[in-house]
This record gives sequence, structure tokens and C-alpha cells, in this order.
Amino acid sequence: MQFGIFSVGDVTPDPTTGRTPSEAERIRAMVAIAEHAEQAGLDVFATGEHHNPPFVPSSPTTMLGYIAARTERLILSTATTLITTNDPVKIAEDFAMLQHLAGGRVDLMMGRGNTGPVYPWFGKDIRDGIPLAIENYHLLHRLWREDVVDWEGKHRTPLQSFTSTPRPLDGVPPFVWHGSIRSPEIAEQAAYYGDGFFANNIFWPKEHFQRLIGLYRRRFEHYGHGTADQAIVGLGGQVFMRRNSQDAVREFRPYFDNAPVYGHGPSLEEFTAETPLTVGTPEQVIEKTLTFRDSFGDYQRQLFLVDHAGLPLKTVLEQIDMLGEEVVPVLRKEFAALRPAHVPETAPTHASLVAAKAAAEAGAAEAGTEAVR
Amino acid sequence: MSTLAVVSAGLGQPSSTRLLADRLAEAASGALRSGGADVAVETVELRDHAHAMVDAALTGFPAGAFRAAVETVAGADGLIAVTPVFNASYSGLFKTFFDVVEPGALEGTPVLLGATGGTARHSLAIDFAMRPLFAYLRAAAVPTAVYAASEDWGSTGSGLADRIARAGGELAAMIAGRPAAAKDDPYDDPVPFEDLLAGR
Repeated sequence: MQFGIFSVGDVTPDPTTGRTPSEAERIRAMVAIAEHAEQAGLDVFATGEHHNPPFVPSSPTTMLGYIAARTERLILSTATTLITTNDPVKIAEDFAMLQHLAGGRVDLMMGRGNTGPVYPWFGKDIRDGIPLAIENYHLLHRLWREDVVDWEGKHRTPLQSFTSTPRPLDGVPPFVWHGSIRSPEIAEQAAYYGDGFFANNIFWPKEHFQRLIGLYRRRFEHYGHGTADQAIVGLGGQVFMRRNSQDAVREFRPYFDNAPVYGHGPSLEEFTAETPLTVGTPEQVIEKTLTFRDSFGDYQRQLFLVDHAGLPLKTVLEQIDMLGEEVVPVLRKEFAALRPAHVPETAPTHASLVAAKAAAEAGAAEAGTEAVR
Repeated sequence: MSTLAVVSAGLGQPSSTRLLADRLAEAASGALRSGGADVAVETVELRDHAHAMVDAALTGFPAGAFRAAVETVAGADGLIAVTPVFNASYSGLFKTFFDVVEPGALEGTPVLLGATGGTARHSLAIDFAMRPLFAYLRAAAVPTAVYAASEDWGSTGSGLADRIARAGGELAAMIAGRPAAAKDDPYDDPVPFEDLLAGR
């Protein structure tokens, strides 16, 4: 299992002090969070992509390239990369470049984006969200696998004899996740390609995501990528921890009550009962996270949201320390003990994809030799 | 077995809106039963879910007991929707409920509309406010809607009982004549990827 942090990159006033960080501070804080995640023994840092205030991460590969130079092991990812409003050609180039610079420590998560005005700013229309995600990804998938591409579609100018450079590192494209909160089409898309499916379950009850993930697993098997329980599933989580559960609740409540997504709505207690949010001790986080497996089956990646709603950097880094020291080591052990041997332990990494490619080529050469004999 | 959902947006306890809703439910279920059908009536008092409805508007999902209420309405074979008229239209609570019901959930559902108010001068709120709302939701509103003003409860000449009986009969007839609801479920039966890729 891979564990990590995902950040929306919001600039939000701290409701307890009224202070709003500058963009510069927030960008530096995201880098510090990523570096800290590696130091704490986590596996993944994923940044959001946004093109409107109050969010800072408009240029994910710039940020991830910088983090790549300051880390050794950390997998750099996105949550999400906008497959609708970005040109798939530019995604192919940017992430292949990042892959080379980061020595393969890169994967990415496709998402559509739900902010209507962003689409026309990039010459698109939100009503085409699903068709854009389908067509653009189909092109991206080809650009990383075919050296020369001739292509024609509805949503971008045609390509004749186009080669996306640099070619993917070692001839192996980065692993791709498709993120969705509610669209069956995206679960179907992930299943078709045998890609990963990330259900960002943090703001909604589990019953909905059981259906969405169930669909992905069923169709993954239908398209011949393995059995349903071998499909590559990622989940979110949202935590705030202190040694003592009441201290955690007391400290987090003002952030919860004023949070941009759910603030001024349900109480912290109601939201905790309905969603993955856990405010309490590391033991409570372990307990809640283990229930995700009961609900959705064995899964391969767990990303935690810890840095939103105006929480100060110092507090966020303390959360990452607790995850690294107390939560993740236990979860690794528990999940590993429960996982059957035929289910992948983690999402494919660059190393595993290179090995799989070599094995496939050796198999093909063997078959060729057989045929000649 | 048919299920008849009743949504009442009255605020008072007791409420004249609920009183009208119950009378309409009695008339419709009575007409269904006399046609040989088995009917279960499920009433949702929106006041009981007031906070949960605002929470659902903010979070995007209905929680707890409110989720069950939404599922009752979305899964019903027929709906009776009754609101007090406030400031020349349906109440905010009434609108909030239909704002948080999933799009498409009421498509084709037979609906009987009712409203209450202090005087009969607001009776057209049903036709200029409620009917467009349910037309947008693609629900099938029956022709007769029932408006009850305060004075209607104390007179025999106003025809309230006749209007209730006629409206209940119309709703029962529409439910009885409607083919069994078979809604496509995109999670059980997704559009195959080849079709998505081909833009179908």
C-alpha cells in the first residue's frame, strides 16, 4: 500500500487568527509539506491543479519538478490534472519531462474540474466535460505509446506526424489514475485502459463510492486486465490528530466550522459520522482507515488531506509526523496481513512498469524464437 | 403495492398545510384502494429535516434520516406536494427540498400539487410557481391542484372537499395507468467505453 498527502493548494484565512498567508507562503508551505512527507516515511505527494483564486497550484509540473530535486524517494503525483482544459499534447510533454527529471518517480491523476468559468478561459465548455476527458485522454495515451502520431478529433487541431518529446523515460509512460466523485463514465474509462481509479471519497458517504468502485472493479475484469479484486483503487482520507481525542476536536472545530467546502453546514460530529473525516487520536485514524478496506476491498493507495481550511504549516507538519510515526506503520502491517497474495500491494511504479515491459518483450522474443523453430 | 409520498412544507404545529396534505393523501389512496390497489402512504414533514436540508445543500449529500426521506420521495409511485404560500410563492423550505433531490429523480412521477394561504387571493401561486418547478423536474402534475385558504376550512360552500376528491381521483388514475417505473442505473449498467469513445 502506498500512503501519501494530497493538497488542494487553497489559500484560506486561519479562522482562529484571521490571518491569510500570501501566495508565496502557501507555495513554500506545499513544498515543505511534500519534503516532510518523505522525511516522515510517506510514499506520495499529490498536488491539485487550479486556475482561479484562492488556489495557488496552476503549474503542477513546475512545483513537482522542484520537489523532485529536493527529494529522493517520494512519488510525485497530481490530484488532479485537468484532462479537459489542458492540451493533452502539453500534458504528454510536461509529465514526460518531469518523469526524466524525477527518475521515474511520477504518476498522475486525471480529473475534469468542476468550475464552470475555468473551461471558457481555456477555450472549452463544461458541458463537454465527459467527451473532453474521453477524447483528450485517448490522445494522451497514444502520444506516450506511439513515437509518431497522426490524429484527428473534435476538440483540438489535428496532428500529422507528431512526436511528443521527450519520449517517456525507459519507454514506459507514467502510471495514470482517473479521479472521480460521481461519474460512472470515468470509472468505465479507467477500467477500459486498466488504469487506476481514485475515488475522492472524503466529502461524501461511503454507500455512493461502493457503487462507483464496484463498477470500476467489475469493468476492469470485463476488459481483461485481471480479476475485479486486482483493480488498482485509490482513496482519500481527511484527518486531524492529537494525543487526546478531545484536544483534537477542540483545536480542529473552528477550522471545520469555517472550512470552504462544508463549513457552516453539518456539525463536525455529523460530518464525521457520514464521511471519512476523523478528528481524534492516531488510534482512531487507524481504526477508521481500516474500515475503508471493509467497504471497498483491498486497495493500493491512501492519500490524506491534512493542509486545508487555513491550518497553520506547523500544525500540518505535526499531522504528517503522527501519520509517519504512528498511523502508517500500523496500517501497512494490518493491510498487508489482510491482503490476499494475488492482489497488487501498490499501484504500479516506474520500476515495476519497466520490469513488466522487459518481461513482455522477453516473452514476445521467446514466442518469436518458438515460431522460427 | 404502490407507494404514495406526501411532502408537507408547513411550519406550524398543527399546520393547515399538513391538514390539506393528509386530506389529499386520503382522497388519492382511497381512490387507489377502491380500484383494487394496495397503497402505502409515506409522509415527509420538511420541518423535521430543516437543518439537514441546508446541510445537504452545502455538502452535496443528504445525511441520516433525511436521506431516507429523500429516497422515499424519489422511489414513490406518486407524490403529493403541499406548501404554504409565502410572499407570493412556495416557501423556501419547500424549494430547498426539491433543490437537493437528485436531478431526474422525479422524472415522470405523477404529482398532485397543493397550497395553503390566508386568503384565496394567492391561489394562482400554484400555477405560476409550483407548476413550472415540477415541469422542470419533468414530473407529471395532475390537472387539478388544490388551494385551501383559511376561510375554506370553515365553510361548506367553498367546494374544498369536492376539489380534494377530484384531485385525489386524478392522481390515483394517473398512478394506476402508469407503467412500472424502470429507471436506468448508470452504476449497474454503464455506457460501454467504445460508445463513449465514438461520442455516442
